[in-house]
Amino acid sequence: MTHSILAAERLSLGFEGRTVVEELSLQFEQGSVTTIIGPNGCGKSTLLKGLSRLLKPTAGRVLLEGRDVLSFSQRELARRVAVLPQTPQAPSGLTVTELVTRGRHPRQKWYQQFSAGDEAAVVAALAATDITDLADMALDDLSGGQRQRAWISLALAQESDILLLDEPTTYLDLAHQVEVLELVRRLNRELGRTVVMVLHDISLAARYSDRIVALRGGRVEAQGEPVDVVTPELLWSVFGLRAQVVPEPSEGRPHVIPLGAGADDASRLGAA
Amino acid sequence: MSATVTSPRPRLRPRVLRAGQVSFVLRPRVLLVGLLAVAVLLLAVLAHLMFAGRPLSLGDVLRGLATPAGTPPRLTLQVQEFRLPRTVAGALAGACLAVSGALTQNVARNPLATPEILGVTSGASLGAVSVLVLAGGGAGGLSGVAAALGLPLAAAAGAVLFGGTVFLLAFRRSQDLLDSNRMVLVGLGATAVATSLVTWMLTLGDVSNAAQALTWMSGSLNGRDWDAVIPVVAVALPLLLLSAMAGRWLLLGSFDDNTARSLGLPLRVTRPALLLLAVLLAAAGTVLAGPVAFVALVCPLAARHVTGAVVPPLGVTALLGAAFVVVADLVAGFLLPHALPVGVLTTVLGAPVLIALVLRSQRRTS
Repeated sequence: MTHSILAAERLSLGFEGRTVVEELSLQFEQGSVTTIIGPNGCGKSTLLKGLSRLLKPTAGRVLLEGRDVLSFSQRELARRVAVLPQTPQAPSGLTVTELVTRGRHPRQKWYQQFSAGDEAAVVAALAATDITDLADMALDDLSGGQRQRAWISLALAQESDILLLDEPTTYLDLAHQVEVLELVRRLNRELGRTVVMVLHDISLAARYSDRIVALRGGRVEAQGEPVDVVTPELLWSVFGLRAQVVPEPSEGRPHVIPLGAGADDASRLGAA
Repeated sequence: MSATVTSPRPRLRPRVLRAGQVSFVLRPRVLLVGLLAVAVLLLAVLAHLMFAGRPLSLGDVLRGLATPAGTPPRLTLQVQEFRLPRTVAGALAGACLAVSGALTQNVARNPLATPEILGVTSGASLGAVSVLVLAGGGAGGLSGVAAALGLPLAAAAGAVLFGGTVFLLAFRRSQDLLDSNRMVLVGLGATAVATSLVTWMLTLGDVSNAAQALTWMSGSLNGRDWDAVIPVVAVALPLLLLSAMAGRWLLLGSFDDNTARSLGLPLRVTRPALLLLAVLLAAAGTVLAGPVAFVALVCPLAARHVTGAVVPPLGVTALLGAAFVVVADLVAGFLLPHALPVGVLTTVLGAPVLIALVLRSQRRTS
């Protein structure tokens, strides 16, 4: 019996009468890295919002440590789950340190504004994302990649067991994308953090995840270990993409080589 | 990574004081500016007491306040009963309106979203004018219970009604988001509705009541006595204290909704709470001094600017608001050749700030 720290039970989510995610059930094991993939508009970000209670379910529920997330106070929840939204916005003029320090808010009280523990967590979060040198700079003055790392640093400062990252590699060049994903892996392996993230690059997702969940039209199309999920058949059925999948040299994880649209069916390797 | 770009707003670094489980963050620049603002407010109050009427010497004012043995009763009466209520009313109105502005600007994440624009102040005016016109005692003006309780309650009711309606209409329930643009637009509509109802109200009543209401509506501190001031003080001080406690929410509140929530700020609670505080503060300020224009817009921005903080510290905002209204009342009511209501002067001073603000924000977006 595996221990799922976070679970969706027949979860439906939507905006203004439009259902985006429908009766979806998923379990996330403690200490695992799960990546949600799927075409644009398939409900990846919506699902992440639902898991973090930023969006209230229209039906079903989300369980955190076996308890309905709706029963947590906002502060309790923020101590357990850190979220990096897709396009977070900070007030102008905020410095990197001021931003990262906000991650301590769920643990602070009016008479406990910045404890030694808070300071240690902020220093560690800045160091983990390699932005200690930028600590005193205004967020507005950073490059896209630096800013993204500052936001990840904020999520780290929360010291939560669960990290939900919505496209943490957007705005980043390939080197920085890999750097962020290495960081995620380190947090997972060394600190035991449970990570659920949304990524667009399927090869990177396969490389850095224990499990992959493929969504299409708000439903789970496939889930499991990368080698079982990332197949030409799935890429065709979920993304409508003709692609070849080859094992990457180091660990043999699946690597996607897209073939141009309109290629003949031979490349689908026997897809039914 | 290049770290050559320097921060455009160098500031004194915050200091942390720790003792056991207790820790406080001290921001030296905010403290310094706060102390300066206290000094400015004290000077403004003394100047107001000296020159709001026949000039008194500083010594006379201090004697009139402290009443050492041998002080002429006439001096005590003049300082404590005739001048002090007006000074206190001005200072408190300024503080209430300024803090109210800081709160609404924060909730709407828009510096233009002041209680004036959101319909709160004009709602308060509508409530107050209704009482002045419908229950006014003709030439004698308001008296007794109607003045002491009716006016404040009606103003508060008007402010809550209009402010609450604007908030509910600007709130997208399905997404749990507050639409700040919608809030400003709906607020402008609400202001127009309240203003035209006020105009209609003025045509209903007795001419002298209407004239009194008109003066009050341009923001005036004329003829404030303790009977009118004390009930509002009793309400406004706790509101200001509560705002100071809620000030902790302001920084997180100026992030986007999703980020603020995921960092543990329960917007479902904090936003209505801040808005209710802002509405009641605006009502209190309006009852004391009429809808004194631009205080709520200018003071939070000024406080933010002089402290270099990301969100305006509320203490400094309140002090600046108080000093602004006291000085403006002194200049408008007593130092200019013809006495004017204080609101006329704050408008003359505040309007250029609004224009500068709009120009600056346009430059940033273009």
